[in-house]
Amino acid sequence: MMKANDYNSVMARKAEIMLKSVGIDYSKFESGSIAFDYEKMMRETGYSLEEMQNIQYSVGVGNTPVLELKNLTELVRKCAPAGKGARIFMKDEASNPSGSFKARRAANSVYHAKRLGFKGVVTATSGNYGAAVASQAAINGLKCIVVQECYDSRGVGQPEIVEKARKCEALGAEVVQLSVGPELFYKFLLLLEETGYFNASLYTPFGIAGVETLGYEISMQFREKYGKDPDVVVCTNAGGGNMTGTARGLMKAGASSRLIAASVNLAGLHMASDGQFNKKSFTTGHTGFGMPFASWPDRSDVPRSAARPLRYMERYVTVAQGEVFYITEVLARLEGLEKGPAGNTALAAAFSLAQEMDQDQTIIVSETEYTGAGKHIQPQLSFARDNGIKIFFGDPVDEVPGKNIILPSHPSLIKARDVDLVHMRKSLIKTAVNTYKVEPTEEDIAFLAEETNSCVEFVKDALKSIK
Amino acid sequence: MIKKGEWVRIHKTILTPAERAPQVPEDTRNVPLEMWDKGFLQSDANIGDEVRIETVTGRMETGTLIEVNPYYEHNFGKFVPELLVIDKQVTEIVFGGGK
Repeated sequence: MMKANDYNSVMARKAEIMLKSVGIDYSKFESGSIAFDYEKMMRETGYSLEEMQNIQYSVGVGNTPVLELKNLTELVRKCAPAGKGARIFMKDEASNPSGSFKARRAANSVYHAKRLGFKGVVTATSGNYGAAVASQAAINGLKCIVVQECYDSRGVGQPEIVEKARKCEALGAEVVQLSVGPELFYKFLLLLEETGYFNASLYTPFGIAGVETLGYEISMQFREKYGKDPDVVVCTNAGGGNMTGTARGLMKAGASSRLIAASVNLAGLHMASDGQFNKKSFTTGHTGFGMPFASWPDRSDVPRSAARPLRYMERYVTVAQGEVFYITEVLARLEGLEKGPAGNTALAAAFSLAQEMDQDQTIIVSETEYTGAGKHIQPQLSFARDNGIKIFFGDPVDEVPGKNIILPSHPSLIKARDVDLVHMRKSLIKTAVNTYKVEPTEEDIAFLAEETNSCVEFVKDALKSIK
Repeated sequence: MIKKGEWVRIHKTILTPAERAPQVPEDTRNVPLEMWDKGFLQSDANIGDEVRIETVTGRMETGTLIEVNPYYEHNFGKFVPELLVIDKQVTEIVFGGGK
């Protein structure tokens, strides 16, 4: 009998399609209540660090250079109080085969798909992950479909996403492009069902574990070159995989670096709005993904996300679009490094955070991404201007996403602004209770303490205030 | 007439406004969910015809024929004068006035 392919029928088959396409029985890790065994899931379905290194290094992924940004550090010190201004470094992940750190996630996912006998992989992403999966599928001889949200209802494509489509195609993938809307997931499920391919989700244990090598390398490279771990590691935060994987890798190296997440502030813009789609100049690394995924990770395309960033971040800061564009230009002009703007979100934050730190301390940005037509400061700013966004110099604190982009009139105006993590932790606890509709058990409370990087007392207090 | 076997781009409506998910904001709910894909044309056709294509993964997909030999036109955008202001400012701060 033909299966019904209308929206509701397909969404009702979600669990069945997911089980077949990911090959993980998530029920094994469930407690039946709020808690699930995260570490067991990572252990039994992921790969060991050594296995991941072998998989990645065999396909040219990883071992990217650490670059010290000496002129940028000099600029930081011109803006900082006397004696302040940590040395700034960046891990040049743009050197990976597909031009971003996502190659690490894709290498593991595609390796796993091939090992399980899948003939192809499907991924739903408008980001660098598409090219990463396409690149790894190409080298492993698997077929690849990338489903991306690309155009508004006028048929106008975000230049950054159009470029990513081009790159995916150049690497042999079929790119299914869609207009704005969360029903992308519906087409994604249909494609998984039709092809029987593997779901190369960003959020599986093997995908996230793939990023652990990044954190581990940062520690090893720092120890070798500078004799110590970096004091602070800043990760651009969207779905939380970069933060989670990098943190876990650093922990496996025994590093005690402080971990800070950073997102571009897109407050006020609705991510599923057709009219606002082309009013934003960042398609990833922004608060529209970063906030909801940090405060409730299990909203992804798998039942339990392996990316759980709130477990690891000590601080979460936002920066304005104008600040990231500014720092991207500064990176080109002072360091001779032309990189994609979205990957520089954490760099804009680091520029501000370094001013709080002593000069003998070090801060590293965990990634860079490739740049090219569309995916570059100039076409992004030019596109924004064509879409009615005002661009001018001023104080970025006044920036209103969707209305203007304010380039700092002086670099000292670049300021990382703290997100209220206490509020976010309470929000996660509240969502957990509302989702599972149970009286939290002792196990749940311990789990929520881990989920929120807090303690049992904090969770109990938060639970009291919900009632 | 575009010949069978040519590389083409198609367009298709996936969900009509009435079929869209309940959670989407109003402006999105007023428009259809649209799809674009590329592949080899399965029979001779003209622009605007309903056609079948075979994609690079070997899938069959149907839709309205909109383009033959499709290509990308994204670029480095128009000149943004503010970038030169940033360049001048930061080089002066770090390296001095350039005299």
